[in-house]
Amino acid sequence: MIRFGRSRIDHLGLRSALADRLLPVLVGAMSFLAALAIAGTLAAAVLAAHWQGGAAGELTIQVPNPEAPAGGATREAAVLGVLLTSPGVTNPQLLGQAQVDRLLAPWLGPDVAALALPIPAVITAGWQGPGTPDALGAALSSAAPGTLLSTGAAWAARVATLTASLQACAAVVLIIVAFIATCMVSLATRSGLAQRREAIEIIHGLGALDSDIAGRFAGRAATLAVTGAVIGTLLALPVLFWLATLAAPFVNPGPQAGPALPPGLWVALPMLPLFAALIGWGTAQLTVRGWLRNLA
Amino acid sequence: MIRFDDVWLKYRSGQGAGPSAPDVLRGVTFEIPDGGFRWLTGPSGAGKTSLLKLITLSEPASRGRVEILGIHAARLSRREAALLRRRIGVVYQDFRLLPHLSAYDNVALPMRLARRNEDQIRADVTEILNWVGLNDKIEALPDALSGGEQQRVAIARAVVGRPKLLVADEPTGNLDDDQAVRLMMLFTALNRLGTTVVVATHNRNLVARYPAQLLDMQEGRLTEHD
Repeated sequence: MIRFGRSRIDHLGLRSALADRLLPVLVGAMSFLAALAIAGTLAAAVLAAHWQGGAAGELTIQVPNPEAPAGGATREAAVLGVLLTSPGVTNPQLLGQAQVDRLLAPWLGPDVAALALPIPAVITAGWQGPGTPDALGAALSSAAPGTLLSTGAAWAARVATLTASLQACAAVVLIIVAFIATCMVSLATRSGLAQRREAIEIIHGLGALDSDIAGRFAGRAATLAVTGAVIGTLLALPVLFWLATLAAPFVNPGPQAGPALPPGLWVALPMLPLFAALIGWGTAQLTVRGWLRNLA
Repeated sequence: MIRFDDVWLKYRSGQGAGPSAPDVLRGVTFEIPDGGFRWLTGPSGAGKTSLLKLITLSEPASRGRVEILGIHAARLSRREAALLRRRIGVVYQDFRLLPHLSAYDNVALPMRLARRNEDQIRADVTEILNWVGLNDKIEALPDALSGGEQQRVAIARAVVGRPKLLVADEPTGNLDDDQAVRLMMLFTALNRLGTTVVVATHNRNLVARYPAQLLDMQEGRLTEHD
């Protein structure tokens, strides 16, 4: 039967020339890796935000010589008084001797009291701001000189640095994946050009524009890349859910903790086939147009 | 109009190309007015096919000025060259059919590249395939056709777009006498309608039977052009 529709005619025979099995498989593998890298970077951001929120909101106050007098009360009571009246401070709790002993046990052994060391009183509290608790530290020192205020800011900064490192690694992985995908499409296109050299020369001689020829290669490469990327992304989903299950206790501690993928992932994953199509289309266009320069 | 002015050609790429490669065309100068008919003759290796490559914009001249249909070839952008090629019908010595396309689709190819309407393509392609006697082979792939049938498909493809310039390299080489006569009738009919025709051939009988001006090539030079 005669095929009269122009769009259905494969002038260059690309359906058999442009690596129709290998390219989707390789792009699928790259998409799988890209999905993991994107999930990693998003999950790192979520975990970091969770941990930073927790660490930055905790205050630890050490009061040396807690029983010594200070302004008509003990130093310990004076510090507690300041904490109770300071805005932004929540739930100040004086740790009992047993709790302090348990904290010190790894360094001082189980019987801390027997050592007769001057152990400071330890008070924990929450910090809800605004700003940093620097002014609070000054007020505490004024009430009981020598009082030490520790915040989780240093830990939060470390977590932020770690997160940035992980995200940079993921970005490098994504760049490498995109580069390899570009190389693969370029190689597949060159292979297709070599196989269809004569056909290309014929339609070039008949008046085909460079854009006609490059467009056919680009369309075919984009289709194959999308196919591979969709398969690779779908295959990554079970792995991502498994990893989310492993990470769930760190994100949502408690008996009800269940796997939850970062919300941004549901936007990022559907973009992968689009990026794959863009890489396939753009690389094929550039490769073919460069190759066609060899023809008059 | 086709005008060659002191044209030289040395191949840039392919077999035998390079700085020390010989000049395959040497100082060729001639002019064919619009609607002219020329036989291109000469022994094998004289430069006939190379001359046709310049006329069909398949190769750029190494030196000299080439004008095709009144347009200076060296000044054309790639897009302009492609659009000019669409006005040139070419019958290649080796047919140059696409092996994965049917006879119909091979003939329709130039019209599809020119974005012609499919109804018009169907009418024109069917008519020309009937004319060359291949109406019962429109769905056949080139491999299923004889040499003569393939040549007729190539001829149909060259003329289906009613080109302004028709270039044929040994177009009767695989045709019997009857088919050769029919082909020449087609070429002369197109020529009468205003198509400029250049036919390269070894066939002295054909040249004698259809008298026209000669472009005779010898060792890359034009020895006779009137």
